[in-house]
Amino acid sequence: MRVTMTVNSVSYTRDVEPRTLLVYFLREHLGLTGTHVGCDTSSCGACTVLLNGKAVKSCTVLAVQAEGAQITTVEGLARDGELHPIQQAFWDEHGLQCGFCTPGMMLAALDLLQRKPNPTEEEIRHALEGNLCRCTGYQHIVNAVKAAARAMGAAVGAPAGGD
Amino acid sequence: MAVTQVFGARVRRREDPRLIRGTAMYTDDVVLPGLCYAAFVRSPHAHARIRHIDVSRARSTPGVLGVFTAQDLEGRVNPIPCGWQVPNCDLKIPPHPALARDKVRHVGDAVAVVVAETRAQAYDAASLVEVDYEVLPAVVDMQQALGSATLVHEDVPNNRVLLWSVKGGDFEAAAREPGVRVIRQRLVNQRLIPNAMEARAAVAQYNPGTGELTLWVTSQNPHIARVILSGVLKFPEHKLRVIAPEVGGGFGSKIPVYPEEAVVAHLAVRLARPVKWAETRRENYLSTIHGRDHLTEAEMAVRPDGTVVGLRVRTLANFGAYLSTAAPAIPTILYGLILSGPYRIPNIECEVTGVFTNTTPTDAYRGAGRPEATYVLERMMDLAARELGMDPAEIRRRNLIPREQFPATVATGITYDSGDYARALDRALQILEYPKVRGEQAAARQQGRYLGVGLSTYVEICGAGPSKVVGSTGFAGGLWESAVVRFSPTGKVTVFTGTSPHGQGEETTFAQIVAQELGVSLDDVEVLHGDTDSILMGWGTYGSRTTAVGGTAVYLAAQKVKEKAQRIAAHQLEVSVDDLVFEAGRFHVRGAPDRGMTIQEVALQAYLAWNLPEGMEPGLEGQANWDPSNFVFPFGTHACVVEVDPETGQVKLLRYVAVDDCGRVINPLIVDGQVHGGIVQGIAQALWEFARYDEAGNLLTGSMAEYAVPKAAWLPRFECDRTETPTPVNPLGVKGVGETGTIAATPCVVNAVLDALSPFGIRHVDMPLLPERVWRGIQQAKGGAA
Repeated sequence: MRVTMTVNSVSYTRDVEPRTLLVYFLREHLGLTGTHVGCDTSSCGACTVLLNGKAVKSCTVLAVQAEGAQITTVEGLARDGELHPIQQAFWDEHGLQCGFCTPGMMLAALDLLQRKPNPTEEEIRHALEGNLCRCTGYQHIVNAVKAAARAMGAAVGAPAGGD
Repeated sequence: MAVTQVFGARVRRREDPRLIRGTAMYTDDVVLPGLCYAAFVRSPHAHARIRHIDVSRARSTPGVLGVFTAQDLEGRVNPIPCGWQVPNCDLKIPPHPALARDKVRHVGDAVAVVVAETRAQAYDAASLVEVDYEVLPAVVDMQQALGSATLVHEDVPNNRVLLWSVKGGDFEAAAREPGVRVIRQRLVNQRLIPNAMEARAAVAQYNPGTGELTLWVTSQNPHIARVILSGVLKFPEHKLRVIAPEVGGGFGSKIPVYPEEAVVAHLAVRLARPVKWAETRRENYLSTIHGRDHLTEAEMAVRPDGTVVGLRVRTLANFGAYLSTAAPAIPTILYGLILSGPYRIPNIECEVTGVFTNTTPTDAYRGAGRPEATYVLERMMDLAARELGMDPAEIRRRNLIPREQFPATVATGITYDSGDYARALDRALQILEYPKVRGEQAAARQQGRYLGVGLSTYVEICGAGPSKVVGSTGFAGGLWESAVVRFSPTGKVTVFTGTSPHGQGEETTFAQIVAQELGVSLDDVEVLHGDTDSILMGWGTYGSRTTAVGGTAVYLAAQKVKEKAQRIAAHQLEVSVDDLVFEAGRFHVRGAPDRGMTIQEVALQAYLAWNLPEGMEPGLEGQANWDPSNFVFPFGTHACVVEVDPETGQVKLLRYVAVDDCGRVINPLIVDGQVHGGIVQGIAQALWEFARYDEAGNLLTGSMAEYAVPKAAWLPRFECDRTETPTPVNPLGVKGVGETGTIAATPCVVNAVLDALSPFGIRHVDMPLLPERVWRGIQQAKGGAA
């Protein structure tokens, strides 16, 4: 089947088997290997991308379901080489170790911050329930999301988030 | 150049930009021209004889390049060897074929492999391989397996893998001492699944023109993989290149060399096509090693004043269906030898019986033997305290080895390097505000709320290690470590390490060591690892050894660079070597700071070689192989507060305090991260995680939907602090920190829950302390009282 979608602001058209999952479309048809596959039960969230601005697990979406959609993957976060505040915050706060869950974790966090620019610790922890990390114990990830909230809030002139 | 204090600084990690930009290359990201895909056919039975395998339908499926069974590998892929053959324990080492030939021995045992043009075609065809099985009775429970007529391996009677023991002093005599009480408890240390977020994968490429075979593999130790695979494949080692690219966590599960890796490498040669295999999570649960799985009867002999005079432990350890690479060492030397923990216990006896069962093989999972030992010891300390009516902090303090007694040799025969155990205990109690928390607990009980306070005081053996010593324990290798520190002509530094970090951050910490020693900017240092073509030799990353052993090798290599650079500088500045001072990356003449040259200027001179001391070789690099004289012994105290809801059995973690001592700290940010991650894996064993089988050997917790990998919302914020007691074992004074949290946290949380349940008279509940188990414990206690 022919499928067309916009990924990180670039339009792509490809012929795919109908059963092709969005994550394999991104990884194997477009070569965007920053999105990872960590499980086969939609549990881990390593494959999280934004589909029309909302976080989805791309292992649970068929490529053909994304027909006409706008997709953002980890490769699309930085602009003109400049890190997105969420990337910068994960780096600054040591929000990653092996890095495998990180792309999905950052996109899930971004989804949260778009909905809730100044989340509490509890809200952050609940928002990340669909994303598993085996390395960090989550504390530095939570710190990173708070730091990103502050940076993104500052960028649009909103009040800074608390610690 | 403000680089002088880079050792000890909270430096952001240098490996992160590629990881946060999504440009890192993990094994499954490797794409090669002509790449094809492998899928394994796995047994649905825990124990069955293979009558016949029909591959004809699979073979005729579109896109299929080949279907292979054990017969096809005969004489080409040898069985996978066991790499740690512990002596003097009657160790049985049955063959571990790469593909099962006559029998399958656990659900997930591979029986055939399909290679096809695409991933989907490979899986489609794999589902069409028809295996005719004669299902056999399975042995799943360890106690039943011992002495069962059903044998996992026909040539291993009673399914007994090994019988290992250590004895120091005389437990019986200590227990007979007047007034001494003996506390007894049966303890289950349940089976866990490592769950590195990246499952295993392998990509192999053969170049018939050069005869070189390259294997990208999810390994914690590519050089060990190369040695073993060269034997398994009968492939010359110098033509085999093993690369561990970005590796998405391991926790021990990527130490072993696995059948699939050998098969994929073989197929790349056989088909003259690059072959990729990427494990599904389901396969990962069935075919990648599990950890723990002990059943222990423990006895602690204690005087009325709380002095522990003896510990006797009898443990059954489940090895699963085959001996994995390091498996024999885990429940023996890495368990029994550390049973004294941080205490002076004069009489210790430990006997371990290893058992084969029709389950997934077990091997090293984060902590590997040491969490199991610490769990036994710390539970017994709490039970002893309760028996004597002592405070758990007090009984620990009474038995800790005092700081002035180091180096300290314990009853199991090992010698601890350095420690100030009481200081870590005091610090943890201080942060927790122990008396205040006990007061709150008492007040809460008045209101019908059940708070519990848990302590865990531990010492860990890590930083393996002295090669001669590990060799005497049956390890089929050394555990020294290599490093090269090389200046380029333009003054940049490349560091090559034989360790293979996969999330632990040594690209940063090793750069800090080098920047500190050579006085160059961190940005001028690159740390490379994980490729057998560029790195002489190495033993990998596991057992909290990377910084203590590999970091020391890096440090020593940097010293060699500095020494050579100083001779060149002295020659060019026309002074004697002793007249030079090295400061902030620059040599200058003592008393004449203007006369000097930077080490980066020296590097250029070393490569130009126009003006070197007579007889000196050009170039500027240092190479060091460091074999430590002893292991290192991190320690600490963890403390936590929980609340148990008696109506539901739900445990809520209210506070968690960790005071760890890993010697000198190179990067506090990274150390904190290691501690956090370790704590969560330890808490998870206490409260949630459990690999559970049914009687037929089916893994009931066979996916991430059923197995409780912890989530962010289940956890509190951790309060971490440190003491710093340098080790004399290496010149950096560093120990290890990758496993401390996992070792300490499990008994800490269990002790807290049992403390909360003490008003019910509940003595012990086995892990994981799921609401159901806690609730049942409460109901039974109430029923018993009624």
